[in-house]
Amino acid sequence: MLAPMLHVLPLATIIRERTLPVAGKVNAHVNQHVNPTDVIAEANFAREHVLLDVARTFGVTAGAADKMIKVNQGDRVMQGALVADSGGLFSRSIKAPRAGRVMVVGSGQVLMEVGDTRVELRAGLPGIVTQVLPERGVVIRTAGALIQGVWGNGRIDNGIMVNLMQKPDEILSAERLDVSLRGSVILGGHVRDQETLRAAAELPVRGLILSSLLSPLIVSAYQMRYPIIVTDGFGAMPMNSAAFRLLTTNDKREATVNAEHFDRYSGNRPEVIIPLPVSSEPPEPNSFETFAVGQTVRLRRPPNIGMIGMLSSLPRGLSLLPSGLRAPAAEIKLENGETVLVPLVNLEVVG
Amino acid sequence: MPASLVQNESILAIDVGAAVTRAVLFDVVEGQYRFVASGQAPSTAEAPFKDIGMGVREAITNLQNVTGAILLGEHDNNLIAPAQPDGSGVDAVVATISAGPAVKTVVVGLLSDISVQSARRLAESTYSRVVDTLDLSDHRKPDQQMDGIVRSRPDLVVLAGGTDGGASRSIQKMLEAIGLACYLMPMEKRPMVLYAGNQKLATDVKELLGGHVGKLEISYNIRPSLETEDLDPGRHELALLMTKLRQRQIKGVDELNLWAAGNLLPTAYAQGRIIRFLSKLYESTRGLLCVNIGASATSVAAGFAGELTLGVYPQYGLGENLAGLLQQTEIDDIMRWLQLDISQNVLREYLFQKSLYPSSIPATKDEQALSQAIARQALYLAVRTAQKDFPAHAQPTRSGVMPPLDLILGGGGAISDGTSLGQSLLLLLDAIQPVGIMPVLLDQNNLLPMLGVAASRSHYLPVQVIESGAFIGLGTVVSVIASANYGDQVLRAKLTYSDGTEARAEVKFGGLEILPLPNGQTARLSLQPLHRADAGLGPGKTGSVTVTGGALGVVIDARGRPLQIPNDPVRRRELMKRWSYAVGG
Repeated sequence: MLAPMLHVLPLATIIRERTLPVAGKVNAHVNQHVNPTDVIAEANFAREHVLLDVARTFGVTAGAADKMIKVNQGDRVMQGALVADSGGLFSRSIKAPRAGRVMVVGSGQVLMEVGDTRVELRAGLPGIVTQVLPERGVVIRTAGALIQGVWGNGRIDNGIMVNLMQKPDEILSAERLDVSLRGSVILGGHVRDQETLRAAAELPVRGLILSSLLSPLIVSAYQMRYPIIVTDGFGAMPMNSAAFRLLTTNDKREATVNAEHFDRYSGNRPEVIIPLPVSSEPPEPNSFETFAVGQTVRLRRPPNIGMIGMLSSLPRGLSLLPSGLRAPAAEIKLENGETVLVPLVNLEVVG
Repeated sequence: MPASLVQNESILAIDVGAAVTRAVLFDVVEGQYRFVASGQAPSTAEAPFKDIGMGVREAITNLQNVTGAILLGEHDNNLIAPAQPDGSGVDAVVATISAGPAVKTVVVGLLSDISVQSARRLAESTYSRVVDTLDLSDHRKPDQQMDGIVRSRPDLVVLAGGTDGGASRSIQKMLEAIGLACYLMPMEKRPMVLYAGNQKLATDVKELLGGHVGKLEISYNIRPSLETEDLDPGRHELALLMTKLRQRQIKGVDELNLWAAGNLLPTAYAQGRIIRFLSKLYESTRGLLCVNIGASATSVAAGFAGELTLGVYPQYGLGENLAGLLQQTEIDDIMRWLQLDISQNVLREYLFQKSLYPSSIPATKDEQALSQAIARQALYLAVRTAQKDFPAHAQPTRSGVMPPLDLILGGGGAISDGTSLGQSLLLLLDAIQPVGIMPVLLDQNNLLPMLGVAASRSHYLPVQVIESGAFIGLGTVVSVIASANYGDQVLRAKLTYSDGTEARAEVKFGGLEILPLPNGQTARLSLQPLHRADAGLGPGKTGSVTVTGGALGVVIDARGRPLQIPNDPVRRRELMKRWSYAVGG
């Protein structure tokens, strides 16, 4: 059976697409070395539109109104600029209510985009640009450690990672966040109160890497302006041992926390990337494999949720589970020496 | 039916769900179509696979392993079609799909309580999530409406309004707003549009929207007059549009549609189609109710002598949308179904954790109990939502209870994967809370949608497969409505078997009683209600009916309608255990 992967890799080639939400201008070129804070693309986009109904305002037909319109498609107009003029002895006019750009002219109407917002896309991770996606962004290649999570609050940043975890079930509380951590990416643990998220915002930190989060805190987590990534899930869960080992051994290294939403259709998921110097290019990770004996796996559901083990056998056919359900399953030898039977759909291969 | 009317062709039916992909083989045995076997595999629409073809091939491989038939080419792993002289391959393929994200839909109409409601009902007949609504009572300016549409980034716009030959100016204004909004979106993200309004405007719609939308389909007016609603043609066009949308969104759908020679339909539409057909065939005026709890959505199809009510509710799906379930219901309303003594927090975290891994399954008894409690509440909500759209003649006479039905059919992972048939039945009874006397069937292999789509290849296949016993008869349920105290006797029941022997039950209010009657057998059930209780024959009315057996037999549900669940958690859990024990534990 096909097996999804959870990437927890000490060294891999990581290729990531970084794109603007709308079409814009790409500032980077192929083979360019980029740093996480480099602006690689930018765009202006209008959040609002204004529809000026010239025909209706002047009480004329659409055809007649078209002749009274003084702007053309693509024109940039200032607030108060003349858009249409009825002409005649008692001339009336329509002026631009806000500065903007004319999108469409026709049928006696003018559609303008207003409220320009500038968007800057930063590289997010250090690496080499391998491809330019015209008007959209770039593809960046880097090498380093990769740790995927299960949930992110949609933000990205980078900084020096500081480890506050002594054990996988560490709880991060507001008292542990002192001023020395300002500007750092914090490797925290489990968060169970809003005060901790607020204290991190007040420092501010460049990111939080958590094992788990209580689900009522999700709304607050979305409001934080720094990235928050959860490696294992909701509730009080320890960090899986593979991620814990890898993250804690990279203490004080620069880390990119890309806490993007887990999009199960595009495959984009939250991740921590720790760039590392390499002499030769390490392999790219597989995105999926087939379940096989000897693989390292992570358990996605109770009992033993989040635990790492080794797939020791794949019984044929369907196995009877303690829940009473029958499903294809595997025997997993956990790190504590215990062997448990787990349905394959509750497993992911770590690698 | 003469055997010669049956085309001697084998049909492979494939259903691509959000969590599971199934491959089912139907073939002709002794001149009649039969369900041969099924194979299943985890679906692969989502990352990291991002191609439904992988899951489809794995499901077919598992089907091959069960049947020994060779369906996929050894070297190219492609489907062998038509069937070859050596017996390999299949003659035809049909397919259904429910995988894919909920379709973000903008509903547009003129009057909020007329055409907008019809358009909403139409949108709810597929896997949609309404993200914005436009109608005459919308006080936003046209540019604000436009920005609203752009911001909501819809995949689909369902446009209704105006009786045939009626209002046109107001609809044209809305068309302009939609056309401009679509124009502002990137070409590849423009929504597909279904127009099902005033037919006089069809040409204008093509002119105004044709060049600016992802795909435009014109359907018959779903509201040809103020008094008439006709969703059927619109449902069909919407199903075709949905298939095209999935082709655009998900890799492998194109190939599957090619295998199926265009016979690929949304699962819920196919389910609705077969329920409408069966309700007509069996002249069910009181209604056939079919429910399906899946990862992508919970769907409810009810057929009333050929008239269909179809509701598809992604918000009640047991997959990725579970995290949003608490926006639809109170956590206590899920807790009430639990035999476990756990805190609300445990349940809350379960919902969020499960939404991360929609295809995962409960491995422990406690997790199974949580999963079943959530399924009960999801189905409870879905059925009540759908019931509001039942035709007027099928509305209940008492508020808060279901109308009497002729038959209930349950399917979908949460129901068919129950740990026992008794648990499957109890889930259906708890969530639906049916009224009257009716058989309850279980579609354990989720065949129903496949039969709906296979009907387009062979009209005989669905009937022959159903009559061959492809569904599991759980039993005949008798629901008792009474005003009584817990423990009061409300009914005397006597089951007289064909050999003349009898089984009797003294039924107390609040209990579940079972009179054994094996599958395939019929018996005469005499009912004598006490205290003016209604056992399906009318308040206080005594009588007898012929009932069919099932895995559980005749199940007398005297727990009250609506179901009387104690507020005290200890007593509630005790009662839940008792009910569970009554159906076999």
